[in-house]
Amino acid sequence: MTNQEVDTNKDKASPTDNSDLSAAYSAPDAAGKYGQFGGRYVAETLIHALDQLDDLYREATTDPQFQREFHDDLASYVGRPTPLYLAERLSEAVGGTRIYLKREDLNHTGAHKVNNTIGQALLAKRMGKPRIIAETGAGQHGVATATVAARLGLKCQVYMGSEDVQRQSLNVYRMKLLGADVIPVQSGSRTLKDAMNEAMRDWVTNVDDTHYIIGTVAGPHPYPQLVRDFQSVIGQEARAQCLQLTGRLPDTLVACVGGGSNAIGLFHPFIDDTDVRIVGVEAGGKGLETGEHAAPLNAGVPGVLHGNRTYLMEDEDGQIAETHSISAGLDYPGVGPEHSHLKDLGRVEYSSVTDDEALTAFNALNHLEGILPALESAHALAWVMRECPAMDKDDVVIVNLSGRGDKDILTVAKLAGIEL
Amino acid sequence: MSRLEDRLNGLKASGKRALVTFITAGDPNPSCTVSAMHALVAGGADVIELGVPFSDPEAEGPAIQASSERALAHGVTLLQVLKHVEEFRKDDATTPIVLMGYLNSVLRMGEAIYAEAALKAGVDGLIMVNLPPEEAGLLQSELLARDQNLIFLIAPTTTSERTQKILDTASGFVYYVSLKGTTGAALIDPAGVKLKVTALKARTALPVLVGFGIKDRESAQAIGESADGVVVGSALVRTMGDSAVDEIDAKLTAQVAQLRDALDALS
Repeated sequence: MTNQEVDTNKDKASPTDNSDLSAAYSAPDAAGKYGQFGGRYVAETLIHALDQLDDLYREATTDPQFQREFHDDLASYVGRPTPLYLAERLSEAVGGTRIYLKREDLNHTGAHKVNNTIGQALLAKRMGKPRIIAETGAGQHGVATATVAARLGLKCQVYMGSEDVQRQSLNVYRMKLLGADVIPVQSGSRTLKDAMNEAMRDWVTNVDDTHYIIGTVAGPHPYPQLVRDFQSVIGQEARAQCLQLTGRLPDTLVACVGGGSNAIGLFHPFIDDTDVRIVGVEAGGKGLETGEHAAPLNAGVPGVLHGNRTYLMEDEDGQIAETHSISAGLDYPGVGPEHSHLKDLGRVEYSSVTDDEALTAFNALNHLEGILPALESAHALAWVMRECPAMDKDDVVIVNLSGRGDKDILTVAKLAGIEL
Repeated sequence: MSRLEDRLNGLKASGKRALVTFITAGDPNPSCTVSAMHALVAGGADVIELGVPFSDPEAEGPAIQASSERALAHGVTLLQVLKHVEEFRKDDATTPIVLMGYLNSVLRMGEAIYAEAALKAGVDGLIMVNLPPEEAGLLQSELLARDQNLIFLIAPTTTSERTQKILDTASGFVYYVSLKGTTGAALIDPAGVKLKVTALKARTALPVLVGFGIKDRESAQAIGESADGVVVGSALVRTMGDSAVDEIDAKLTAQVAQLRDALDALS
């Protein structure tokens, strides 16, 4: 797509021109493009496997039996639907705006990640592939993958940057308890992006018997689409629950964005509801002005990494930049291509909060609601604490509480100078 | 016709196998690159494939990953790689040079700006590991307009139908990837490669060169039996990483001479 066409789309999304937005949102196209983003930028060896996955996924989406199996697993194994909880004391603390938390932290394994791994494991089973690999940052996707692999009796190897292995030791051991091999990755910045490189290298080598369960809405087509579709259960439930609880749609949706799977899962079912304001919150790290952050939508440029075209943090030579976030799950220099598209369309606002703001929100939710949020989710809460005081008291805001914070206790204690 | 096509077609017509040798620009430090390129030619290389270091080389095995990291530690940029080529061209106007790397480096510079700068520097072709033909239209037309080839890869997993699509847009040569895996992996099925390469040659007039897993006399000969040429990378890169800086050129020349000898024995 040319720049000119992107600009046309931008115009369509302008709030003063609602008529053009009446056309239903339908990205991606058949080639996996979200406007100028997405696509398939991978080594030739992987193209056939991606074609097969795409075909199989198309079949599965129209197969009632697949859909039934997926939803049965979400109900009986994951524990869905998750509640939409009115956080009254938090609401009071931010000036009265009604804050509802979508409780993805209550899912089996403690985060939204399992919605996707359940779906992809069913696809692996259909393909008859006995081995599963995954990359992980905070370890939540690794745990969710190891979990479904154990349940289906599949061999599982999880790649994890050695830096993350250090700071997420609890999840590392948890994956081992589930029978998975955790392979520390020593190359590059030793974080999520390097784990993804290594997983791609494994997949290119073992493509015949291995399915790669990508944990976020990035990677080559069809991954961003299928991960989004599996995660969209979040937004579908939230929409129905909000209508039931409040009699109307929410005014604002908020979710943290690293790769962006919890966010797109909440946002996607609302994209055509143009009165609903949608906000993604990136990891501002030590502040956007310091360069030490993980906020490509706020401070990046379009480029190609890990199989898709999207906003990236990179230097003037196109080398991918090292990122910083207090939250391992947001510490990634790219973002799902659909978020890049939604940014350029103007349909979703992308903001950021700093490490410190996230920590304050992390503590506040513990104190006010008795809920221990993941540091990732605390970024969305921090935006709410900063922005809601200026909102109308009658507003309804839904925050995706994407995961629970047990895994972060050691990190937070260490920052407070406490040795456990 | 590009310098690359000239050279490869000439070799094919005379029944000789092409030897393409890969090193990473700026590895182990930028002052080694131009003399190492001349050392490859002195050993008998027909084409130089020069790696553009990238922070996330997702299709490379450990040897080339490490070479990229060594180069990036010196802050090597795409512009500097082009400067190396320009420098090399002062003493060698005939050996074709193909750059190999990842799309983001070229995108950041801009396709047309890259094509122009590469032409001026004396580059003859480009291999983009993560750019399948479906996404390559713009870059390919900018390059072809400036006498350079965008080289496409065909893998063991590429279907017959897709192979035809790739052959229809390919130019310069066809790069057949000998194995499912990353660069530097062990070649385990030379007989299978021979079948594939023979079938490919029947479908295209372009030279068919084979890379991945070719590291010594034996593997070069096994593949050279059927292919129009071979690409050797990780084995040479390992030599560069393991040698004292002042010994690199002599060792590269000797190593390439052995490969040359092995291939010439086939013609």
